[in-house]
Amino acid sequence: MKQTPSQTVGPFYSLGLTQKTTNLLASDTTQGEKIRFEGCVFDGDGKPVPDAMVEIWQANAYGRYNHPDDKQERPLDPSFLGWGRSGTDKTGVFSFETVKPGSVPGPDASVQAPHINVTVFARGMLVHAYTRIYFGDEPGNETDPVLSSIKSKSRRRTLIAPREENNSKPVYRFDIRLQGENETVFFDM
Amino acid sequence: MKIQGYNPRDWKSHPPYRFEGYASSMKRAPLKRLVKMKQTLSEITGPLFGPETVQPGDTDLTRNAGTDGEAMGERVIIVGRVLDEDERPVPNTLIEIWQANAAGRYQHEVDQHRAPLDPNFIGAGRCMTNEQGEYRFLTVKPGPYPWLNHPNAWRPSHIHLSLFGPSFVTRLVTQFFFPGDPLIPMDPILNSVPTKSGRQRLIASYAHDVSEAEWALGYRFDVVLRGRQQTPFEGNGR
Repeated sequence: MKQTPSQTVGPFYSLGLTQKTTNLLASDTTQGEKIRFEGCVFDGDGKPVPDAMVEIWQANAYGRYNHPDDKQERPLDPSFLGWGRSGTDKTGVFSFETVKPGSVPGPDASVQAPHINVTVFARGMLVHAYTRIYFGDEPGNETDPVLSSIKSKSRRRTLIAPREENNSKPVYRFDIRLQGENETVFFDM
Repeated sequence: MKIQGYNPRDWKSHPPYRFEGYASSMKRAPLKRLVKMKQTLSEITGPLFGPETVQPGDTDLTRNAGTDGEAMGERVIIVGRVLDEDERPVPNTLIEIWQANAAGRYQHEVDQHRAPLDPNFIGAGRCMTNEQGEYRFLTVKPGPYPWLNHPNAWRPSHIHLSLFGPSFVTRLVTQFFFPGDPLIPMDPILNSVPTKSGRQRLIASYAHDVSEAEWALGYRFDVVLRGRQQTPFEGNGR
């Protein structure tokens, strides 16, 4: 059977998708370093996109995904699903409150640096886009198999979120540029 | 650990990011070549939602506005199956839907179409597929509505669906249309789908066996998500 074609979320997706709060992934009991990350979605003119939606999927602080196909003997954190969704506001900004994930296994016995898997939707996007967020303070980025597969170093940098110390918790800033000179790296997977 | 990946996105079925007929896609389409990535543990896992995600009444959009009243319009029953490319059912997966009311107006501050809002209709619902991958909603048929894409532009009646499937890469957002709608051939969003058979797959079929006498007409819309590759590959070892 053939895959059902993708279509845009359109301008009114919030009616069906973001009525409930879904961008708070970590509760008081979630284990790991509490972080916030936020960013802005920009279009090809550098204008913020007020009707985009970002979803994330991540491992817990031990590097284990809450999914039956992750058969690693690492602890599951029952209070942590690892999924979240944030619409963008009028200024194109999205945000998440979560914990920093651990590193997870990669191809051929390699180790993937801690990262968050990201899906981007918007009015005007007929197909969602896949990208990843890496953390600016992680030395493992240098040897990460996925980052290393991106030939251009300047393009690689579009996936690395710098860490900013805030008075309550660290903030990672990750802007998504759908188009243009500094277009974010998107994956076909 | 062995990784059993999923089939790639079928770009003959999906629209391109940039489609000239759809003006909003022009500045929002990634234009650089996508970076090909071999699936890892991160891609073959994904959120699985529990039954508590759907509350009683979430599948009945004619009565889920919390008003005790019933939505205005032509009542319709929407049923379908969620399958993978090998025709295997996708059970226990979350479907979220949203739509305009019978007059073609969304319950949304951005929608300024001069058509009445219906106090008894929000236009959003959710459902989990059962063990056979089946789902069912009761709603009213959405009206067509104007948009500013080109002169005298109208969207055909449609309902948006969002689905997850078993992994991060099976995610899908789509919309379906009603058979016989004269606006269908003129719709740039549907026409962004590159093949005729692909476009046809976004049109629900009238299902008389689903229609209920003296109550509501039935429509069937099946969804096919990316299937699983047969051979697991060694790769994500520690």
